[in-house]
Amino acid sequence: MRLSELPRRTVAIVKSVDDATPNDPVARRLRDLGFVPGESVQIVTFGPFGKDPLVAQVGYTRFALRRSEAGRIAVEVATATVSSIAPAGQAGTADTADASGSDAQRIA
Amino acid sequence: MSVAQNASALRIALVGNPNCGKTALFNRLTGSRQKVANYAGVTVERKEGQFVSPAGRTVRILDLPGAYSLHSASLDEAITREVCMGQRPGEARPDLLVSVVDATNLRLHLRFVLELRRLGLPMVVVLNMSDAAARRGIVIDRDALSQALGVPVVQTVAVKRDGAAALVKLFDETLPPAPPAQPLDSVSELDTHAEVKRLLDAAVTMPTRTARFDDAVDRVVLHPVFGLVILAVLLFFMFQAVFSWAEPMMDGIEAGVHFFGEWVGGMMPDGMLKSLLVDGLIAGLGSVIVFLPQILILFLFILTLEESGYLPRAAFLLDRLMMSAGLSGRSFIPLLSSFACAIPGIMATRTIQDPRDRLTTILVAPLMTCSARLPVYALLIGAFIPERTVAGLFNLQGLVLFVLYVAGIVSALLVAYVLKWFRRDRTDHPLLMELPSYRVPNPRDIGIGLWERARIFLARVGKVILTLTVLLWFLATFPSPPEGATMPPIDYSFAGMIGRALEHVFAPIGFNWQICIALVPGLAAREVAVGALATVYALSGSDDAVAVQLAPMIAAQWSLATALSLLAWYVFAPQCISTLAVIRRETNSWKVMAASAAYLAGLAYLASFITYRVALALT
Repeated sequence: MRLSELPRRTVAIVKSVDDATPNDPVARRLRDLGFVPGESVQIVTFGPFGKDPLVAQVGYTRFALRRSEAGRIAVEVATATVSSIAPAGQAGTADTADASGSDAQRIA
Repeated sequence: MSVAQNASALRIALVGNPNCGKTALFNRLTGSRQKVANYAGVTVERKEGQFVSPAGRTVRILDLPGAYSLHSASLDEAITREVCMGQRPGEARPDLLVSVVDATNLRLHLRFVLELRRLGLPMVVVLNMSDAAARRGIVIDRDALSQALGVPVVQTVAVKRDGAAALVKLFDETLPPAPPAQPLDSVSELDTHAEVKRLLDAAVTMPTRTARFDDAVDRVVLHPVFGLVILAVLLFFMFQAVFSWAEPMMDGIEAGVHFFGEWVGGMMPDGMLKSLLVDGLIAGLGSVIVFLPQILILFLFILTLEESGYLPRAAFLLDRLMMSAGLSGRSFIPLLSSFACAIPGIMATRTIQDPRDRLTTILVAPLMTCSARLPVYALLIGAFIPERTVAGLFNLQGLVLFVLYVAGIVSALLVAYVLKWFRRDRTDHPLLMELPSYRVPNPRDIGIGLWERARIFLARVGKVILTLTVLLWFLATFPSPPEGATMPPIDYSFAGMIGRALEHVFAPIGFNWQICIALVPGLAAREVAVGALATVYALSGSDDAVAVQLAPMIAAQWSLATALSLLAWYVFAPQCISTLAVIRRETNSWKVMAASAAYLAGLAYLASFITYRVALALT
C-alpha cells in the first residue's frame, strides 16, 4: 500500500521509499526527513481541496506532503504490538488503532 | 584559512534544522536585533554577530540558514553546506560547529547532527528548548548522549535570560577534539536512522509521541471546513483591525503634527524658509508618519502568526488552490510577508525549492498590497468613502480596503495562472513542508520585530522621503511666478511644468497634474505620493494652507471617478525602485526585472482606465 492510499488516523509502517526518477531528490529528502523502513507513520488529515496535500506524522514530526510525494512511500498497516508507541490522539484514537491492529493481526 | 586571522577570536557557526530556535539563540548570545520566526527557513541572509566571553575571548558567531540535510534542496541549504565544508568563497571554515537541536524533536534533529559530525570539525551539540522538553516529560541523559555522540552536549533555553550560560562557558575552554572526518555518503540513510534510534534508546525517555496540545489544535485548524473558515476570519479580522484600532493613535499624531506646524509657523517670519519648513517638511513628513500605527498593527499580526507556527498550516490549507494557479503552498509565506513589504517577501522566496515556483512568486509578489500603499489607500478611502456601518457589522471603509486587498490577491493568482502556460517543464513540484509545534509567541521577540519595523519605516521617512520631499518643494517653488500672476505660484514652477507634461499621458485615466507630480517621487517609495500631494496642495493654496487638511481638500477637488482610478492604479502600481532592485538581485536578470516593471505598469494603466470610464458612466 502507498502512503497516499492510507486511511486517516491509521498507523502504518514504512516499507520503502521509491525513487520516481533515478536519483530522485524528493525521495532522498523524504528519507532525510525520517521516512525510512520501520518507522511508524500515520495520516493526520487531508487538505480541504481534493484531499491534497495531506499531513503525515512520522516520529514526532508532522509534514505536509502532496499526494505525488506520498505516493513514493510504500507502507504496511501496523499491528498494535509493532506500534509500541501510541498514535498521537490519545483516548479518541485508541479504539481505531486497536481495531486496525487486530485486523492486521487477523490477516497475518 | 581554517585558523582565524585574529588568533584569539573564536569563529563559530550555528547549524541546525529549521525551527530549532537557532535564531533565538543567536539573539541571546549576541544581543543582536533580528527577526525570529517559526516557519521553516526564515534565516535567508548571512547573519554574523560578535560577543566577548566572560574570560575575555572574542567570539564571532555566524548564524547559518536552517537545513535538514547537507544534501541541499534549496538555496538556503546550499549556503549552509558550503560554509560547513569550507567551500564558500570569502568565508573561512568555522573553528567550531554549534549544532543546535530542538530537544522536543530529537528524532528528526539528531539525524542532521550525525551528518554534521562526519564533517570532522570540532563540534558541540546544544539541546535548545530544554524547558519545553522538560514540560512535556522528556528526560534526556546528557552524559549518555555526549558519550554516545563523542562530542560535548549542553542545554539551553534561548528565550530566557542566562538561558545560554552553559554554552558560553564552553567557549572559554579548549576546543573539544574533532570527531573523525568521514565522506558524507559513507553511511546509508537507513543506518543513520538506526543510529538515531540507538541514541534515543540510550539517552532519552519519552512519555508520549507528540504534544497532545498540537494534536488538539491541528484537529480544528487543519479541518477542511473549520480550518478555511478560521483562516478567512483571521485575515479579515486583521485587515479590519488595521483600520479601526489605529484610528485613535492616528488622530493623535495628526493633531500633534498640526499643532507643531502652527507653532513653528507662528515663530517664524513669512518667507522662503518658513515655506520649506512648514509646507515642505512638516506637511510632507507628517502626512506619512501618521500611517505608522497601521503599519505596526499589520506587522503585529504577521509576526505573531509567524512565531506561533500557524503560517505553515495556512500554507497547507491553501496549497491546492495555489498549485492550480501555478504557485505552491510555500509561496504563501513570501506572499503574506509581501503584504508588509515586497522586499522581504521576495527575499523569502529563497525557501521555495522549485525554481519555477520561485520565479512566479517573485513576479506576483509586488501585487500583494504592501504597507507602503496603505497611506495612499487610507487617504483616498478616508476622503471619498463615507464612514458608516454596513449590514450592522462592518465598517464600510474597512470593507473597501478589504476589497482592494482582494483585488491584489486575485490579480496575482490570474497572473500566476497565465505564467503557468508559458512554462515548458511540467514535472511535479515538491511541497514537503514541516508543520512545527505550536509556540506561544514571545512578547520580547515580537517587540524587537515591531521596533525594527518602526525603525525601518522612520529611517525611510527620514532619508528617502525627506530628501524627495525637499526636492519636490524646490521644484514646486521655483521659478517664482511672474509679476501680476493670477494663478497660484505652483502653476509656474518646474513641478507644474512636469505635471502638465505628464498629464497628457494620464488624463485618459482621470489624473490631474497634481497627481502626476506625486506619481514621480512615488516611484522611489510609494508612500511619498501622499507627502508629495500634501506638499503640492499646501503650496498651491493660501498661506495658511497647512491648516487645511489634505483629505477634505482632495475630497472637494477630485471627482469620485478620479479617486477610484487612483486606487486602481495603486493596486498594480509600478513598484518602488527598491522592489525592482531586489528582483534584479534575486533573479540575477535584468530581463525579469524589466518584464515585471512593464507588466505591472501596463496592468495599472489598464485597470485605472477601466475603473475611470466605468465610474464616469455611473456617476
